[in-house]
Amino acid sequence: MKFMLMMNAPRGTGDWGIYKWKPEEMKAHIEFMIRLNKDLRGEGTLAACEGLAPPGEARVVRAGKGTAPEVTDGPFAEAKEFLAGYWIVDVETPEQAYAIAARASAAPGPGGKPLNMPIEVRQVMSGPPPET
Amino acid sequence: MRANVGEHLLRELSPQVLGAVVRRYGDFAAAEDAVQEALLVAATKWPDEGVPDNPRAWLIQVASRRMTDSLRAELSRRRREAAVVTENADDLVVPSLDSGQEPEQEDTLLLLFMCCHPALTRPSAIALTLRAVGGLTTAEIANAFLVPEATMAQRISRAKQLIKKSGVRFRMPADGELEESLGAVLHVLYLVFNEGYATSAGPSLHRVDLSSEAIRLSRAVHHLLPHDGECAGLLALMLLTDARRAARTGPDGELIPLDEQDRTAWDRDAIAEGVALISATLSKGQVGAYQLQAAIAAVHDEAARAEDTDWPQILALYGLLVRMSDNPMVRLSHAIAAAMVHGAAAGLGLLQALDADPRIAGHHRLAAVRAHLLEKTGEREAAIASYRLAANRTASLPERNYLMMKAALLAGGP
Repeated sequence: MKFMLMMNAPRGTGDWGIYKWKPEEMKAHIEFMIRLNKDLRGEGTLAACEGLAPPGEARVVRAGKGTAPEVTDGPFAEAKEFLAGYWIVDVETPEQAYAIAARASAAPGPGGKPLNMPIEVRQVMSGPPPET
Repeated sequence: MRANVGEHLLRELSPQVLGAVVRRYGDFAAAEDAVQEALLVAATKWPDEGVPDNPRAWLIQVASRRMTDSLRAELSRRRREAAVVTENADDLVVPSLDSGQEPEQEDTLLLLFMCCHPALTRPSAIALTLRAVGGLTTAEIANAFLVPEATMAQRISRAKQLIKKSGVRFRMPADGELEESLGAVLHVLYLVFNEGYATSAGPSLHRVDLSSEAIRLSRAVHHLLPHDGECAGLLALMLLTDARRAARTGPDGELIPLDEQDRTAWDRDAIAEGVALISATLSKGQVGAYQLQAAIAAVHDEAARAEDTDWPQILALYGLLVRMSDNPMVRLSHAIAAAMVHGAAAGLGLLQALDADPRIAGHHRLAAVRAHLLEKTGEREAAIASYRLAANRTASLPERNYLMMKAALLAGGP
């Protein structure tokens, strides 16, 4: 079964909070994430993972009434949190997905302390079930 | 999965075989399918039965038989539907098989012109070129671009349909069109090469190496058109850029800028080949943009240490490039070279003109270059703001981490 693990971060002023960290804190965090992805790949559970550009670069698009899409620039006052990145893991049980989410949540932040980030875990829907 | 036996040979032959079949039957999409089937038969038979004496003729024969079968099926379907059939199956199915006289070299080139036709979008042209000329499977191409196989299959099939619809002919472009057609081919190969760089930090170890593939194809085109200066220039540019590959990222894929790279890790053979090629080409006259870029890459590669770089020569070469093309990225590099020769303030002055150019004003590279120059002139706060702006705008994760770190080091680092 596949799960999407979503890492949300505060909207801030259009960039990510990490921009304000000390260089060594930043380095530790980046190294942690690279190692985590490498480990998940090695464990055979990682299906996909991506990091996203910051909220300041986000656009909201609607079909609108004309022929051209309606594009709105940020900042988006209604959203307090923004998706910073996600993992899709392929595991046997939900508990295994939770365990991976907890590992990601513990990524080091300012002062080297675990961030304890909230990671949203959602099951990825599959195609039609096998016919029996 | 193809057997290792003859895999290299099959990839080498596949554009020649496809070219010959398209030449004979005209229908690119059907020919492509027929050649794929023939390659599959070869991959299963050759390892047991041995490679035939004339493998190219063998493949053309098998592919032609498939074409004949499908043409006959198509004709009888049309007869059944009582449509007006003017063609005779035997006219369409030319029985004379490969006599060894066919211009297989030219076929590869014609195939490239077809796959890189301006009627196609660039992503379609790239996919089609890798498949029809590069001999890669759809799965391999999909994997290289990190998209699902079904997506890539669709992209290729749409490209084939578009070729059919737009009536692109399998023939040598007329004299007046040759330069434009070749320019489109070189541009597609250049994009494949750059894509290899963009995806090189990704997760897959078994991915086809697009940069090497672009070099292989450029080498083939250079072999076919040895007197074309821009083709030689592009091949030299690729060799001289790719030579630094091992040094441009660290063990975790982190970005290492040119002036901090371990130059002993550069590929000396590739540099020697690239330098020899560009030197021979430049002395022949008719200088083009790829040649100038290759010459610049050669100047960088010939410096044993970053501080030995001949910046005045690089500045002069960028001066020529700026005059040749109205490309804002070239102007940006020109500003960097000017800063190295005349000081950071001179470079910053040149950047001002680029702020008014909508093609580059919001680009992360403009912000990144400005940040570097502001750091050099000691404008710390402005440099930090520019580094962060550049970090926000880049789509490359290693580059974002690098720019973010530069800002952090200036803001409160040791």
